[in-house]
Amino acid sequence: MLQLSNVSFQYKKKPVLQDLSFSFPIGQIIGLVGENGSGKSTLMKVLAGLLRPTAGEITLEGEPVTRRSADKIAYLPDTDLFFEYYTGEQLFQHYASQFEDFSYDKACIVAQFLQVDTRTKLRQLSKGNRGRMKMAATLGREVPYYVMDEPFAGLDPIVREQLIKGLIQFTDIENQTILLSTHELYEVEPILDQIILLQAGSIMAYENVETLRDVANKDAVEWMKGFYRPSVKNSDS
Amino acid sequence: MTMDFSRDKPIYSQLVDRICGDILKGKLQLGDRLPSVREYAVETGVNVNTVQRVYKELEAMNITETKRGQGTFITSNEERIELLREEMKNQLAENFLTSIEALGFSKEEMLVVLKNKA
Repeated sequence: MLQLSNVSFQYKKKPVLQDLSFSFPIGQIIGLVGENGSGKSTLMKVLAGLLRPTAGEITLEGEPVTRRSADKIAYLPDTDLFFEYYTGEQLFQHYASQFEDFSYDKACIVAQFLQVDTRTKLRQLSKGNRGRMKMAATLGREVPYYVMDEPFAGLDPIVREQLIKGLIQFTDIENQTILLSTHELYEVEPILDQIILLQAGSIMAYENVETLRDVANKDAVEWMKGFYRPSVKNSDS
Repeated sequence: MTMDFSRDKPIYSQLVDRICGDILKGKLQLGDRLPSVREYAVETGVNVNTVQRVYKELEAMNITETKRGQGTFITSNEERIELLREEMKNQLAENFLTSIEALGFSKEEMLVVLKNKA
Protein backbone atom coordinates (compact mmCIF):
# COMPACT_ATOMS: atom_id res chain seq x y z
CA MET A 1 0.00 0.00 0.00
CA LEU A 2 1.20 3.46 -0.95
CA GLN A 3 0.53 5.91 1.82
CA LEU A 4 0.89 9.64 2.33
CA SER A 5 1.04 10.96 5.88
CA ASN A 6 0.81 14.72 6.40
CA VAL A 7 2.83 15.39 3.26
CA SER A 8 3.62 18.98 2.35
CA PHE A 9 5.82 20.31 -0.39
CA GLN A 10 7.12 23.83 -0.87
CA TYR A 11 8.78 25.27 -3.90
CA LYS A 12 10.86 28.34 -3.03
CA LYS A 13 8.76 28.88 0.08
CA LYS A 14 5.57 28.68 -1.94
CA PRO A 15 3.37 25.86 -0.64
CA VAL A 16 2.44 23.45 -3.45
CA LEU A 17 1.13 20.50 -1.46
CA GLN A 18 -0.45 21.05 1.91
CA ASP A 19 -0.69 18.40 4.58
CA LEU A 20 -1.87 15.52 2.43
CA SER A 21 -2.79 12.22 4.04
CA PHE A 22 -4.07 9.41 1.89
CA SER A 23 -3.83 5.66 1.35
CA PHE A 24 -3.94 4.45 -2.22
CA PRO A 25 -5.99 1.26 -2.43
CA ILE A 26 -4.44 -1.66 -4.32
CA GLY A 27 -5.95 -2.97 -7.52
CA GLN A 28 -7.61 0.21 -8.67
CA ILE A 29 -7.29 2.80 -11.36
CA ILE A 30 -7.36 6.17 -9.67
CA GLY A 31 -7.80 9.44 -11.53
CA LEU A 32 -6.18 12.58 -10.19
CA VAL A 33 -7.99 15.69 -11.37
CA GLY A 34 -7.81 19.38 -10.63
CA GLU A 35 -7.11 22.62 -12.45
CA ASN A 36 -3.65 23.61 -13.67
CA GLY A 37 -1.42 24.54 -10.78
CA SER A 38 -3.39 22.52 -8.22
CA GLY A 39 -0.32 20.38 -7.49
CA LYS A 40 -1.04 17.22 -9.51
CA SER A 41 2.39 16.93 -11.15
CA THR A 42 4.18 17.71 -7.91
CA LEU A 43 2.14 15.10 -6.06
CA MET A 44 3.00 12.50 -8.68
CA LYS A 45 6.70 13.30 -8.50
CA VAL A 46 6.63 13.11 -4.74
CA LEU A 47 4.84 9.76 -4.92
CA ALA A 48 7.35 8.41 -7.41
CA GLY A 49 10.20 9.45 -5.14
CA LEU A 50 11.51 12.07 -7.57
CA LEU A 51 10.89 14.97 -5.21
CA ARG A 52 11.33 14.82 -1.48
CA PRO A 53 8.46 16.24 0.55
CA THR A 54 9.23 19.26 2.70
CA ALA A 55 7.31 17.66 5.55
CA GLY A 56 5.52 14.41 6.20
CA GLU A 57 6.17 10.90 5.03
CA ILE A 58 5.39 8.65 2.09
CA THR A 59 5.61 4.93 2.57
CA LEU A 60 5.29 2.01 0.21
CA GLU A 61 4.44 -1.24 1.95
CA GLY A 62 5.73 0.35 5.14
CA GLU A 63 9.08 1.49 3.72
CA PRO A 64 9.82 5.18 3.11
CA VAL A 65 9.66 6.14 -0.57
CA THR A 66 12.94 7.39 -2.03
CA ARG A 67 14.46 7.48 -5.50
CA ARG A 68 15.20 3.80 -5.00
CA SER A 69 11.47 3.07 -4.85
CA ALA A 70 11.61 3.31 -8.62
CA ASP A 71 11.82 -0.46 -8.65
CA LYS A 72 8.20 -0.65 -7.49
CA ILE A 73 6.78 2.47 -9.10
CA ALA A 74 6.80 3.17 -12.84
CA TYR A 75 6.56 6.88 -13.54
CA LEU A 76 5.37 8.33 -16.83
CA PRO A 77 6.54 11.95 -17.12
CA ASP A 78 4.41 14.61 -18.75
CA THR A 79 7.30 15.95 -20.85
CA ASP A 80 6.94 15.52 -24.57
CA LEU A 81 10.65 15.65 -25.36
CA PHE A 82 11.59 12.35 -23.89
CA PHE A 83 14.84 10.63 -24.96
CA GLU A 84 14.35 12.32 -28.30
CA TYR A 85 17.53 10.99 -29.91
CA TYR A 86 16.64 7.37 -29.22
CA THR A 87 14.60 5.09 -31.40
CA GLY A 88 11.86 3.13 -29.66
CA GLU A 89 14.12 0.08 -29.59
CA GLN A 90 16.94 2.09 -28.02
CA LEU A 91 14.51 3.59 -25.54
CA PHE A 92 13.41 0.09 -24.52
CA GLN A 93 17.03 -1.05 -24.25
CA HIS A 94 17.72 1.93 -22.02
CA TYR A 95 14.73 1.07 -19.83
CA ALA A 96 15.91 -2.54 -19.69
CA SER A 97 19.33 -1.36 -18.45
CA GLN A 98 17.72 0.82 -15.77
CA PHE A 99 14.92 -1.37 -14.49
CA GLU A 100 15.21 -5.05 -13.66
CA ASP A 101 11.46 -5.47 -13.99
CA PHE A 102 11.41 -4.15 -17.56
CA SER A 103 10.35 -6.59 -20.25
CA TYR A 104 11.69 -5.60 -23.65
CA ASP A 105 9.31 -8.05 -25.29
CA LYS A 106 6.27 -6.71 -23.51
CA ALA A 107 7.20 -3.13 -24.46
CA CYS A 108 7.46 -4.22 -28.11
CA ILE A 109 4.08 -5.96 -27.89
CA VAL A 110 2.51 -2.83 -26.42
CA ALA A 111 4.13 -0.69 -29.14
CA GLN A 112 2.71 -3.05 -31.74
CA PHE A 113 -0.74 -2.90 -30.13
CA LEU A 114 -0.52 0.90 -30.23
CA GLN A 115 0.73 0.74 -33.82
CA VAL A 116 3.88 2.75 -33.41
CA ASP A 117 7.15 2.05 -35.18
CA THR A 118 10.02 1.28 -32.79
CA ARG A 119 12.79 1.92 -35.34
CA THR A 120 12.21 5.65 -35.78
CA LYS A 121 13.90 8.24 -33.60
CA LEU A 122 11.48 9.71 -31.10
CA ARG A 123 12.33 13.19 -32.35
CA GLN A 124 11.01 12.26 -35.78
CA LEU A 125 7.77 10.83 -34.48
CA SER A 126 4.54 12.79 -34.26
CA LYS A 127 3.41 13.91 -30.84
CA GLY A 128 0.80 11.17 -30.82
CA ASN A 129 3.41 8.53 -31.58
CA ARG A 130 5.71 9.87 -28.88
CA GLY A 131 2.79 9.57 -26.47
CA ARG A 132 2.30 5.97 -27.60
CA MET A 133 5.99 5.19 -27.17
CA LYS A 134 6.06 6.68 -23.69
CA MET A 135 3.10 4.48 -22.75
CA ALA A 136 4.76 1.37 -24.26
CA ALA A 137 7.96 2.01 -22.30
CA THR A 138 6.01 2.55 -19.08
CA LEU A 139 3.81 -0.52 -19.48
CA GLY A 140 6.90 -2.55 -20.34
CA ARG A 141 7.67 -2.40 -16.66
CA GLU A 142 6.09 -4.99 -14.37
CA VAL A 143 5.56 -3.10 -11.14
CA PRO A 144 2.80 -2.88 -8.54
CA TYR A 145 2.36 0.89 -9.09
CA TYR A 146 2.13 3.06 -12.16
CA VAL A 147 2.13 6.81 -11.72
CA MET A 148 1.24 8.55 -14.98
CA ASP A 149 1.37 12.31 -15.36
CA GLU A 150 -1.09 13.39 -18.07
CA PRO A 151 -0.66 10.38 -20.34
CA PHE A 152 -3.40 11.65 -22.70
CA ALA A 153 -2.66 15.40 -22.76
CA GLY A 154 -2.49 17.07 -26.13
CA LEU A 155 -3.27 13.89 -28.06
CA ASP A 156 -6.09 13.43 -30.53
CA PRO A 157 -9.16 11.33 -29.62
CA ILE A 158 -8.00 8.31 -31.66
CA VAL A 159 -4.67 8.16 -29.85
CA ARG A 160 -6.39 8.70 -26.50
CA GLU A 161 -8.75 5.82 -27.14
CA GLN A 162 -5.87 3.57 -28.15
CA LEU A 163 -3.85 4.45 -25.07
CA ILE A 164 -6.85 3.78 -22.86
CA LYS A 165 -7.29 0.37 -24.46
CA GLY A 166 -3.58 -0.32 -24.08
CA LEU A 167 -3.85 0.47 -20.39
CA ILE A 168 -6.71 -1.99 -19.98
CA GLN A 169 -5.03 -4.67 -22.06
CA PHE A 170 -1.59 -4.55 -20.49
CA THR A 171 -2.16 -4.03 -16.80
CA ASP A 172 -3.32 -6.55 -14.27
CA ILE A 173 -5.70 -4.72 -12.01
CA GLU A 174 -5.75 -7.48 -9.43
CA ASN A 175 -2.12 -6.83 -8.61
CA GLN A 176 -1.41 -3.39 -9.94
CA THR A 177 -2.53 0.10 -9.07
CA ILE A 178 -2.56 2.99 -11.52
CA LEU A 179 -2.66 6.62 -10.56
CA LEU A 180 -3.06 8.93 -13.51
CA SER A 181 -3.69 12.63 -13.80
CA THR A 182 -5.91 13.93 -16.55
CA HIS A 183 -7.95 16.82 -17.86
CA GLU A 184 -9.82 14.52 -20.26
CA LEU A 185 -12.11 13.32 -17.52
CA TYR A 186 -15.14 12.66 -19.70
CA GLU A 187 -13.23 10.19 -21.84
CA VAL A 188 -11.15 8.67 -19.09
CA GLU A 189 -13.91 8.16 -16.54
CA PRO A 190 -14.96 4.70 -17.84
CA ILE A 191 -11.60 3.25 -16.81
CA LEU A 192 -11.47 4.88 -13.38
CA ASP A 193 -12.44 3.19 -10.14
CA GLN A 194 -11.75 6.17 -7.94
CA ILE A 195 -11.26 9.85 -8.41
CA ILE A 196 -9.31 12.37 -6.38
CA LEU A 197 -9.84 16.09 -6.75
CA LEU A 198 -6.89 18.28 -5.87
CA GLN A 199 -7.45 21.97 -5.21
CA ALA A 200 -4.67 24.38 -4.21
CA GLY A 201 -2.48 21.52 -3.02
CA SER A 202 -5.12 19.82 -0.88
CA ILE A 203 -7.30 16.79 -1.49
CA MET A 204 -10.75 18.39 -1.81
CA ALA A 205 -12.67 15.21 -2.48
CA TYR A 206 -12.30 11.51 -3.11
CA GLU A 207 -15.02 9.29 -4.55
CA ASN A 208 -15.81 5.98 -6.14
CA VAL A 209 -16.85 6.80 -9.69
CA GLU A 210 -19.67 4.25 -9.95
CA THR A 211 -21.04 5.36 -6.59
CA LEU A 212 -21.25 8.92 -7.91
CA ARG A 213 -23.44 7.76 -10.76
CA ASP A 214 -25.42 5.37 -8.61
CA VAL A 215 -26.12 7.59 -5.64
CA ALA A 216 -25.75 11.13 -6.92
CA ASN A 217 -26.82 10.44 -10.55
CA LYS A 218 -23.81 12.41 -11.69
CA ASP A 219 -20.89 11.56 -13.84
CA ALA A 220 -17.42 12.54 -12.73
CA VAL A 221 -17.38 15.72 -14.82
CA GLU A 222 -20.60 17.01 -13.24
CA TRP A 223 -19.30 16.07 -9.82
CA MET A 224 -16.06 17.94 -10.38
CA LYS A 225 -17.82 21.05 -11.71
CA GLY A 226 -19.75 21.20 -8.46
CA PHE A 227 -16.54 22.15 -6.67
CA TYR A 228 -15.87 25.11 -8.92
CA ARG A 229 -19.32 26.50 -9.62
CA PRO A 230 -20.15 29.55 -7.54
CA SER A 231 -23.01 28.50 -5.28
CA VAL A 232 -26.09 29.86 -7.02
CA LYS A 233 -29.48 28.56 -6.00
CA ASN A 234 -31.49 26.60 -8.58
CA SER A 235 -28.63 26.55 -11.06
CA ASP A 236 -29.91 23.56 -12.90
CA SER A 237 -27.85 23.56 -16.08
CA MET B 1 -15.43 0.65 -30.74
CA THR B 2 -15.46 2.32 -27.35
CA MET B 3 -18.96 2.91 -26.05
CA ASP B 4 -20.57 6.18 -25.21
CA PHE B 5 -22.18 6.10 -21.82
CA SER B 6 -25.02 8.20 -20.55
CA ARG B 7 -24.02 10.39 -17.68
CA ASP B 8 -26.52 9.59 -14.97
CA LYS B 9 -26.36 5.80 -14.69
CA PRO B 10 -23.57 3.56 -13.44
CA ILE B 11 -21.46 2.23 -16.28
CA TYR B 12 -21.82 -1.36 -15.12
CA SER B 13 -25.62 -1.20 -15.35
CA GLN B 14 -25.42 0.34 -18.83
CA LEU B 15 -23.29 -2.62 -19.89
CA VAL B 16 -25.72 -5.09 -18.31
CA ASP B 17 -28.50 -3.43 -20.33
CA ARG B 18 -26.41 -3.60 -23.46
CA ILE B 19 -25.77 -7.32 -23.15
CA CYS B 20 -29.44 -7.97 -22.36
CA GLY B 21 -30.33 -5.88 -25.41
CA ASP B 22 -27.96 -7.90 -27.58
CA ILE B 23 -29.70 -11.08 -26.41
CA LEU B 24 -33.15 -9.74 -27.30
CA LYS B 25 -31.91 -8.50 -30.68
CA GLY B 26 -30.47 -11.93 -31.38
CA LYS B 27 -26.92 -10.62 -31.60
CA LEU B 28 -26.20 -12.96 -28.73
CA GLN B 29 -27.87 -16.37 -28.80
CA LEU B 30 -28.72 -18.91 -26.14
CA GLY B 31 -25.57 -20.74 -25.07
CA ASP B 32 -23.19 -18.25 -26.73
CA ARG B 33 -19.87 -17.70 -25.06
CA LEU B 34 -19.19 -14.16 -23.86
CA PRO B 35 -15.75 -12.61 -24.38
CA SER B 36 -13.36 -12.81 -21.44
CA VAL B 37 -13.55 -10.00 -18.91
CA ARG B 38 -10.43 -8.37 -20.30
CA GLU B 39 -11.52 -8.73 -23.92
CA TYR B 40 -14.84 -7.12 -23.17
CA ALA B 41 -13.12 -4.36 -21.15
CA VAL B 42 -10.83 -3.53 -24.06
CA GLU B 43 -13.71 -3.72 -26.54
CA THR B 44 -15.91 -1.30 -24.60
CA GLY B 45 -13.07 0.80 -23.16
CA VAL B 46 -13.99 0.34 -19.51
CA ASN B 47 -12.19 -0.78 -16.40
CA VAL B 48 -11.70 -4.52 -15.84
CA ASN B 49 -13.25 -4.21 -12.37
CA THR B 50 -16.40 -2.77 -13.96
CA VAL B 51 -16.72 -5.68 -16.40
CA GLN B 52 -16.22 -8.12 -13.56
CA ARG B 53 -19.17 -6.50 -11.86
CA VAL B 54 -21.22 -6.72 -15.07
CA TYR B 55 -20.55 -10.45 -15.37
CA LYS B 56 -21.34 -11.01 -11.70
CA GLU B 57 -24.62 -9.12 -12.08
CA LEU B 58 -25.63 -11.11 -15.18
CA GLU B 59 -24.89 -14.33 -13.38
CA ALA B 60 -26.94 -13.25 -10.36
CA MET B 61 -29.80 -12.51 -12.77
CA ASN B 62 -29.38 -16.06 -14.18
CA ILE B 63 -28.83 -14.59 -17.63
CA THR B 64 -25.38 -16.15 -17.85
CA GLU B 65 -23.66 -19.12 -16.35
CA THR B 66 -19.97 -19.67 -15.76
CA LYS B 67 -18.48 -22.99 -16.67
CA ARG B 68 -15.32 -23.65 -14.79
CA GLY B 69 -12.29 -23.25 -16.99
CA GLN B 70 -14.38 -22.53 -20.07
CA GLY B 71 -15.77 -19.07 -19.55
CA THR B 72 -19.09 -17.31 -19.28
CA PHE B 73 -22.04 -18.35 -21.44
CA ILE B 74 -25.51 -17.00 -22.10
CA THR B 75 -27.99 -19.28 -20.39
CA SER B 76 -29.62 -21.92 -22.53
CA ASN B 77 -32.78 -21.63 -20.46
CA GLU B 78 -35.37 -20.24 -22.88
CA GLU B 79 -37.83 -19.40 -20.10
CA ARG B 80 -35.30 -17.08 -18.52
CA ILE B 81 -34.85 -15.22 -21.79
CA GLU B 82 -38.62 -15.05 -22.26
CA LEU B 83 -38.80 -13.49 -18.80
CA LEU B 84 -36.05 -11.06 -19.77
CA ARG B 85 -38.18 -9.93 -22.72
CA GLU B 86 -41.02 -9.18 -20.34
CA GLU B 87 -38.71 -7.38 -17.92
CA MET B 88 -37.28 -5.22 -20.68
CA LYS B 89 -40.75 -4.39 -21.97
CA ASN B 90 -41.80 -3.31 -18.53
CA GLN B 91 -38.69 -1.25 -18.07
CA LEU B 92 -39.24 0.53 -21.39
CA ALA B 93 -42.85 1.23 -20.47
CA GLU B 94 -41.84 2.62 -17.11
CA ASN B 95 -39.20 4.89 -18.65
CA PHE B 96 -41.81 6.08 -21.12
CA LEU B 97 -44.32 6.82 -18.38
CA THR B 98 -41.74 8.78 -16.44
CA SER B 99 -40.92 10.91 -19.48
CA ILE B 100 -44.52 11.67 -20.40
CA GLU B 101 -45.39 12.45 -16.79
CA ALA B 102 -42.52 14.92 -16.66
CA LEU B 103 -44.05 16.76 -19.63
CA GLY B 104 -47.58 16.55 -18.27
CA PHE B 105 -49.05 14.19 -20.91
CA SER B 106 -51.60 11.62 -19.88
CA LYS B 107 -51.31 7.92 -20.60
CA GLU B 108 -54.59 8.05 -22.51
CA GLU B 109 -53.61 10.80 -24.93
CA MET B 110 -50.27 9.10 -25.55
CA LEU B 111 -52.01 5.80 -26.29
CA VAL B 112 -53.92 7.51 -29.09
CA VAL B 113 -50.67 8.80 -30.55
CA LEU B 114 -49.03 5.39 -30.23
CA LYS B 115 -51.89 3.66 -32.03
CA ASN B 116 -51.90 6.19 -34.85
CA LYS B 117 -48.16 5.75 -35.31
CA ALA B 118 -48.56 2.16 -36.42
